[in-house]
Amino acid sequence: MTLPLRLRKVLVLSPPLIWVVLFMFVPYTILFVFSFWEQVYPTFAPAFQLGNYQTLISDPQYLRTLLRTIKIAGLVSLFSLLLAYPYAYFLVHKVRHPALRQTLYMAVVAPLWVSYLLRAYTWKTILGTEGILNSFLVSTGILSEPSSIFLYNQTSMIVTLTYVFIPFMVMPIYAALEKIPRNLLEASADLGMGRTATFVKVTLPLSMSGVVAGFTMTFCLAFGDFIAAYLVGGPDGMMISNVIATQFGASLNWPLGSALALVMLLIVLAIISVSDRFERLGKGTFA
Amino acid sequence: MTDIIRLDGVSKQFGFVMGVDNVSLNVRKGEFLTLLGPSGCGKSTLLRMIGGFEEPTAGRIWLDGEDVTDLPANQRAVNMLFQDYALFPHMSVGKNVGYGLRVAGVPKREVETKVREVLELVGLADKIATAPHQLSGGQRQRVALARAIVRHPKVLLLDEPLSALDANLREAMQVELRHLHQKVGLTFIMVTHDQTEALTMSDRVIVMRQGRIMQDGAPQSLYDLPGSPYIADFIGTTNLFNSRIENGQVACYGQPLTINPQAIVAGTQTFGFRPEKARLLPGNASGANLLRGTVAEVFYHGSVARIVVDLGQGQVLVDLQISDAAVGLPKAGAQVAVEVASHKIMGFAAEDAA
Repeated sequence: MTLPLRLRKVLVLSPPLIWVVLFMFVPYTILFVFSFWEQVYPTFAPAFQLGNYQTLISDPQYLRTLLRTIKIAGLVSLFSLLLAYPYAYFLVHKVRHPALRQTLYMAVVAPLWVSYLLRAYTWKTILGTEGILNSFLVSTGILSEPSSIFLYNQTSMIVTLTYVFIPFMVMPIYAALEKIPRNLLEASADLGMGRTATFVKVTLPLSMSGVVAGFTMTFCLAFGDFIAAYLVGGPDGMMISNVIATQFGASLNWPLGSALALVMLLIVLAIISVSDRFERLGKGTFA
Repeated sequence: MTDIIRLDGVSKQFGFVMGVDNVSLNVRKGEFLTLLGPSGCGKSTLLRMIGGFEEPTAGRIWLDGEDVTDLPANQRAVNMLFQDYALFPHMSVGKNVGYGLRVAGVPKREVETKVREVLELVGLADKIATAPHQLSGGQRQRVALARAIVRHPKVLLLDEPLSALDANLREAMQVELRHLHQKVGLTFIMVTHDQTEALTMSDRVIVMRQGRIMQDGAPQSLYDLPGSPYIADFIGTTNLFNSRIENGQVACYGQPLTINPQAIVAGTQTFGFRPEKARLLPGNASGANLLRGTVAEVFYHGSVARIVVDLGQGQVLVDLQISDAAVGLPKAGAQVAVEVASHKIMGFAAEDAA
């Protein structure tokens, strides 16, 4: 006996559907509702008012933190790209031996299996006053005593987040580069183009989908990060997520936190839709 | 100076394997030359060395009197039609075709004119703004062709150009490529493993095997005067058999055949005749040079039927022209005689086993 097709479809689709409703739709709806509530010291009460959003606009510290977060996430993505592209290119085009290529690729990806906390914490031990960098500089006589300038600022944030999220840049770029048929590069040479011209006219445009995907992922991950700020950020390295966490924690102002979270969500959605459009421009190229 | 390409002892070694083994070859200007051989015989490697995509491990390559052995591909005045076309997926047809002109510093207006001209030549002028993935296989092939000839290369290299097309289209493209060759007057060097393609299209065919040239000649001479049993069976089909010569006669699976003295080469051991050059006669026929046997199988091809005749100790193939067969197709098991005229029997010098 077989179930009717309609029923079978429902059975197959229901687990993911329930998942999405329960863990995406419901929480966001709650956030949305909360964002109109108001703070009634020491806690908060149901209401329908736009005060939280007004606070976000009128109090400059929120906009400042948001812009700082965008700047840090942008720089993290940029440095990831500048490091990841040459590395992926090197792997695809210069490493002839498949096993060596696989190993070098895994060297980038494998850290993803290590706890995020551990990876971020590593940089604390490298950059701190008792850290490897300082002891190296002191032992070589470049510094007379350990310096605290390496840690708890935006630079240490960017270094740490770049290290943590660079696999998400390498992976899509590597995939995009590997997908480019070699004979396209040969055809370009055949038609008189040198290496640089071939790179600019063929390799780069055909790997743009990977660059866009990598940039989007790295940016969104860095944009939403708040652990690195606790570990290596310091007051200058506070991210928007840290502010949200505070609102839901110590400040006990869930309505304002919800409003901030929704603004953040909108920004991320906007970035994803733009990058999606970019990627679609390059689609259909390998038919 | 009529040789556009001169290969002088060119070799390519891959590890311990000789991909191409000491090949010397001259290609005349305007010639349609085909490198023919089974896969792995070195024909593609040879073509890629002429194109500059592989470096020879020994020997020199001359293009129009200039030693180009050490020149990279982008500095050689040859162009390649790639096997799977290698069209740039992110560029329109027009941009693809004009790609190589812009490098050469041709003014923009002139690029446009030339692109249009060459697209008209291949019959795709209306597709100039189309993306490659919107074209059919045959159309892509033409775009690739247009892109390869628009720079007027001294030599056009064609790497298995028709292998990706279906049978009907392939035949049409064979004709088209030949016409194009006559029209543009370029030198064509084609690589193929398809002997029909090689015979139909080329002025001269080089048969390669294990990195070496086996035979070099016009299609007809290759077919009529194959230099070895290998070529006799690689180009067309040949009934091959080994025999000693006794009193001007050889034994084909135990049955005597008289041969022409010309077929006797020093050390002759292998003989052969082509299925279409033998005649199938009824079993009771009488005459000279008859092989008697029974029909084992009949393969009907439309205009021709290929008959497998069992001679007792072995089998031979005979082609029967349907129009000639007043009696109709023989049935399996029928008694037949195969007439092989003595001048149709080819003799081959002993070949090192391979």
